[in-house]
Amino acid sequence: MKSTAAPAGTALDVAAVRRDFPLLARTAHGHPLVYLDSANTTQKPEAVIRASDRFYREQNANIHRSTYRLSEEATAAYEGARETVRRFVNARSTREIVFTRGTTESINLLATSFGQAFVKAGDEILITGMEHHSNIVPWQLLCERTGAKLRVIPLDDRGDLILDDLGRLLTERTKLVGVVHVSNALGTINPVKALIGYAHGKGVPVLLDGAQSIPHLGVDVAALDCDFLAFSGHKVYGPTGIGVLYGKESWLSKMPPYQGGGDMIASVSFEKTTYAELPAKFEAGTGNLAGAVALGTALDYVTGLGLPRIAAHEKDLLSYATARLSEIPGLRIIGTAREKASVVSFVLGDIHPHDVGTILDQEGICIRTGHHCAQPVMTRYDLPATARASFGLYNTREEVDALAAGLRKVLEVFGA
Amino acid sequence: MTALTDLYQEVILDHNKSPRNFRALEGATHSGIGHNPLCGDQLTLYVVVDGGVIREIGFQGKGCAISKASASLMTEAVKGKTTEEAEALFTRFHDLLTGPPDVKTDAKSFGKLAVFSGVREFPVRVKCATLAWHTLHSALAGGGAAASTE
Ligand SMILES: Cc1ncc(COP(=O)(O)O)c(C=O)c1O
Repeated sequence: MKSTAAPAGTALDVAAVRRDFPLLARTAHGHPLVYLDSANTTQKPEAVIRASDRFYREQNANIHRSTYRLSEEATAAYEGARETVRRFVNARSTREIVFTRGTTESINLLATSFGQAFVKAGDEILITGMEHHSNIVPWQLLCERTGAKLRVIPLDDRGDLILDDLGRLLTERTKLVGVVHVSNALGTINPVKALIGYAHGKGVPVLLDGAQSIPHLGVDVAALDCDFLAFSGHKVYGPTGIGVLYGKESWLSKMPPYQGGGDMIASVSFEKTTYAELPAKFEAGTGNLAGAVALGTALDYVTGLGLPRIAAHEKDLLSYATARLSEIPGLRIIGTAREKASVVSFVLGDIHPHDVGTILDQEGICIRTGHHCAQPVMTRYDLPATARASFGLYNTREEVDALAAGLRKVLEVFGA
Repeated sequence: MTALTDLYQEVILDHNKSPRNFRALEGATHSGIGHNPLCGDQLTLYVVVDGGVIREIGFQGKGCAISKASASLMTEAVKGKTTEEAEALFTRFHDLLTGPPDVKTDAKSFGKLAVFSGVREFPVRVKCATLAWHTLHSALAGGGAAASTE
């Protein structure tokens, strides 16, 4: 953690934090905006907006390609962001930090490249029953290409993984375990440290989908010893279109490139092309330079506030919301795992979540409704959809109250 | 709260709660499956067409209040109509929901279906209100492919 981190123990000054986010000042349908959809995407602080703006105003040039001063500055800003990411996830080297478009692209990169190097017919990939589609479909595509098989760790009724059968699911055929650290649909915080230890005991590498854990818990890749980590900038107060794949150098160096093109080569001739060193080998073409720089700023912002303080604040919101929503007649929370992050999925009697969402929207309240890109989770609980409120560092108890009042209005409209 | 009460009118809430013709039909000559991936709504439509006329129609499925009420009211509206009349009504109904606001649609001519004119203020819900109609269209076309709002 950076030395700029605020002292632990003091509470987050949420009123001050909210002033950092210009969008939170707007209204919707004549009401103050109540933004409860941060698991979907987060709002951006002024510092991030400025960093992106500043890159284009003062630093913009292509990187790694030119000899002039401006390009050097752009390269330094981009590589500086990579170093910020490295520090944030506690990786050993910036060679292990690959910039991508987001979690989805990170996992597709991994599935394609790792798959090409290590997966063949009869092998298995093990995932969990609460994965986001982005940690299901790339593996299914790989399985179709290679004849490998996808296996799934099941969930119990509360939304915890059932690990009793792990010995049967994780075998000598397993080539990789992919697991979501924090479920976007249920809020479950999975026991990834134990899972990783177990998989390593059998010599199997583990990918963490950190899309939801990076903003709420942080991920220390050294402490967890995960082999790969994927996350998105836009869920951690950074821009869209930028994300990260962390991979242990020992793995990345054995994997072939994902895409071919400029920047990922050492030399090209029609007879033979040799690839660039890590991480450039995996970054073909001109990337989202301003996005990467602004992602660095977002991570610095989070570090500055202090992840432990953010986590404490969100934990308070989660328990307050759980209590307030439980008082609402007919409301059932989906996902009551032992360890949860600040996500509350629910259904309200037999009122369809889509109707709930429309009525709340009229009150200026933004929540997600639908399957949350996790249809197998919906199937597991026999629901077509849920409504989901998710909290970020800028949310308040008053906003939870607004949600509760909005839900009572839904009941009123439906005469329930 | 006026836009909301326009959207969730009594008639809609009633048809959501007690949908009419909510059953599978034995001996359906046409059927279709409709799917709205955005909200997971799914409905199966059964139609008995005889001599170019829709004699019987029923549906089953899960969905939001708007899509369920729309399916229910649609079955009432098209029963006894020729397939051409039903298709023409779909076109007009679609215009009622999505046409430019300055074109004054004659809501009265829609009978009970006029309750859906409030959907116009909720563009993301238009798909819910038209799912059953898209499904009817594809069932009558006999295509067999699932109708989708996408
Ligand atoms: C757990 C999880 N994994 C993956 C993703 C995909 O992220 P992105 O759309 O940014 O690639 C999300 C976001 O919806 C998510 O919540």
